[in-house]
Amino acid sequence: MIKINIKKPLHGANGKMDLNVDLTIEKGSFVALSGESGSGKTTLLRILAGLTKAKGEIYVDGECWHDKKIFLPPQKREIGFVFQDYALFPNMSVEENLLYVKKDQTLAKKLLDMTELTNMKDRYPASLSGGQQQRVSLCRAMMNSPKLLLMDEPLSALNPAMRGKLQQEIFELHNSFGTTTIMVSHDPSEMYRLANRVIVLENGETIADGVPKDILLKTSGSQKFSFEGELLDIVKMDVIYVAIVSIGQQLVEVVLSSVEAQSLKVGQRVRVSTKAFAPIIKH
Amino acid sequence: MIDIILNLEWSPFYISFKLAAITTFFLFIFSLPFAWFLANTKSKFKPVLEAVTALPIVLPPSVLGFYLLWGLSHNSALGSFLQEYFGIRLVFNFTGLVIASCIYSLPFMVQPLQSGFQSLNKNMLEASYLSGKSNFQTLLRVALPNIKPALITAIIITFAHTVGEFGVVLMIGGSILGETKVASVAIYEFVELLDYRSAHIYSAILLFLSFLVLLAVYVFNKKEKIHSIGGAL
Repeated sequence: MIKINIKKPLHGANGKMDLNVDLTIEKGSFVALSGESGSGKTTLLRILAGLTKAKGEIYVDGECWHDKKIFLPPQKREIGFVFQDYALFPNMSVEENLLYVKKDQTLAKKLLDMTELTNMKDRYPASLSGGQQQRVSLCRAMMNSPKLLLMDEPLSALNPAMRGKLQQEIFELHNSFGTTTIMVSHDPSEMYRLANRVIVLENGETIADGVPKDILLKTSGSQKFSFEGELLDIVKMDVIYVAIVSIGQQLVEVVLSSVEAQSLKVGQRVRVSTKAFAPIIKH
Repeated sequence: MIDIILNLEWSPFYISFKLAAITTFFLFIFSLPFAWFLANTKSKFKPVLEAVTALPIVLPPSVLGFYLLWGLSHNSALGSFLQEYFGIRLVFNFTGLVIASCIYSLPFMVQPLQSGFQSLNKNMLEASYLSGKSNFQTLLRVALPNIKPALITAIIITFAHTVGEFGVVLMIGGSILGETKVASVAIYEFVELLDYRSAHIYSAILLFLSFLVLLAVYVFNKKEKIHSIGGAL
């Protein structure tokens, strides 16, 4: 069990604010940390890792990592950390990157097997693709069998197909090592697939905390579908108006009444939802 | 031509290169932790330390030479202390030259190393700390191998700059043949004696060697840039 109660003044994009987080995280859980950029997600991970100092307390399985007197340095926390930019050691081969953490050939071999990297173990990071580099980084993070695995937007630089594959590998590693995992993510489907708890930060405060279904599904009441998107354009066609909305990677058209058309502004975030209808799912 | 080379007094060149090699060695040992500290510190004294380090670049060698001469001679507390209790004299001998050269060439070692360290991916260094590795282990096994071009530049430029020393060497070492007389001082004396032929030969040799050293640096750095896509610099 991890108990976090920390405060830290931040100078974010929106001026000064206080990161103020009080959380208890169950052992073995997979927590997705979400929120606008500059809301303090990365800072929270760095404080947990001991890379940034803050005021407050951190207890992990009853062991004190941080309070008024104690500050356990990052070297002693046995944390696995996966950076968005991989942060591999360019002067070491894939296998050496892993063995640098711990000289445990058996564990390194097991991890490389799990992530299908065995035949690349002698290659250097510069010759690998982004997805392969992030896998190496993931394996390296698991090398000290961490109690706590922290990932800062690990998949955001990868293409969707690679993301899906790596999500599966992250999930398998999390389960087989029984670690507690905290992952910063912006991707609702990723959070839904992996996490059993989603925490949303805004301006340094927790604004939502619960199971993924409750936090991520945007429908309310009798709504069946609800999508958030950006209003790109409003086009007048005879007597009706048509709004062009960008949702995810797709554009959709929605019919508007003239009253609605006047109340909306191009560039706004809007929510498109519909009630009773039977959708057809095809692939 | 062969006659001239065979009859040449080589000792000033030998002293120059010996001085440069020893200076580079000691400077590297001392500058490595210092540059690592400067690259990572958030101390408010950092600008002061950086300014002091850069002083030898802007000071006239005569100013530096004068202070060193005064500081190391028996006129100063340090000089008289060393001479009285240890019998060590640090002016007009080779040891004094090494000390003076280390100070004179300090920025040429520290600055490339520091900027090399600063260009490293901070996350990569943090990944090493999170792997349980100390600051020193991280320096030796992660930071240093990933700043090879900066490392080579620092070593070779320091070496070349020490070979090119003149004012400080003259003031601290004088011109004792086989002890403190370096190539640049020898050229100065040939010109004073109107022996232009020897001055020409010495100068040409120094010019050629210096060019070779610099060419080596640039060729190496160009190769490194092509080879290390993910590396530093």
